[in-house]
Amino acid sequence: MADHISSSGEGHGSVGSYLTGFVLAVILTVAAFGLVMSHAMSPSATGGAIALLAVVQIVVHLIYFLHMNGSSEQRWNVMAFTFTVLSVLVLVAGTMFIMHDTAINMMSR
Amino acid sequence: MAQNMTADAAHAHDEHHESPVVFGFWLYLMTDCIIFGTLFAVFAVLRDQFAGGPTGHEVFELSGVGIETAILLFSSITYGFGMIAAHENKVSTMRTWLGVTFLLGLGFLFMEIREFSHMIAEGNGPDRSAFLSAFFTLVGTHGLHVTCGLLWMAVLLFQTAGKTELNERMIGKLTCLSLFWHFLDIVWICVFTFVYLMGVL
Repeated sequence: MADHISSSGEGHGSVGSYLTGFVLAVILTVAAFGLVMSHAMSPSATGGAIALLAVVQIVVHLIYFLHMNGSSEQRWNVMAFTFTVLSVLVLVAGTMFIMHDTAINMMSR
Repeated sequence: MAQNMTADAAHAHDEHHESPVVFGFWLYLMTDCIIFGTLFAVFAVLRDQFAGGPTGHEVFELSGVGIETAILLFSSITYGFGMIAAHENKVSTMRTWLGVTFLLGLGFLFMEIREFSHMIAEGNGPDRSAFLSAFFTLVGTHGLHVTCGLLWMAVLLFQTAGKTELNERMIGKLTCLSLFWHFLDIVWICVFTFVYLMGVL
């Protein structure tokens, strides 16, 4: 790993770390597609399982492709990211909750 | 990571000026996350509003989505290899990997446009139902981002043409695009899971 140029704020991986991430991502993707196409579980169980697989795959991509880690140089990147994830969660969950309630009360469904 | 930090400490003074650029671009990506979060929320609300039109079962072709996913995943790792070459100052190797990434991105875009035009030709365009409006807006926005990434990649390929070594500034540009490209792959994970796979359950 050549460290003579370091773009701080983002570490850079090695061939090995990229391959590890790639193999993990392939396994998780194939698992998600396989679960849906094989109809092995009930639709709601499949939905929960592939949502979980997606979250795990996002973490794999963040670690192996975007090189996020707990080092001090990454502190502000991770902090901004955490805040964004929190905002998106509030945005998506809040929207779904409010719109579901509205639909129920307006009897539009 | 230990040797990394020592190296960083040694270079902290002369190289810290790159940091704000990459961090600033990271913050832009976070705002992009909010955009996609909003579009996913819209899709989540409208995914059952078919207005008598087709459902996900009828319009989604999982084999095509699988190929698109594979292409994007491959393009992520080829860009990663390009970045490794860039950090080792191997310009021509870096340009080769970037070229491969560009072609893979182009292939993805081609498949997406074919899927869209196929759907529109069958009368299942964005004007058919709220479900399809939300679908085209969300997936189209991702496709637009990929298009921008490809334009950016073409510009960087042009700028590094004939160069024998990469300066700090160029590494910074390549790093920003690598963040952008990997970020688009992460968005695509959410697209194929929550739009396509859950649409055919």
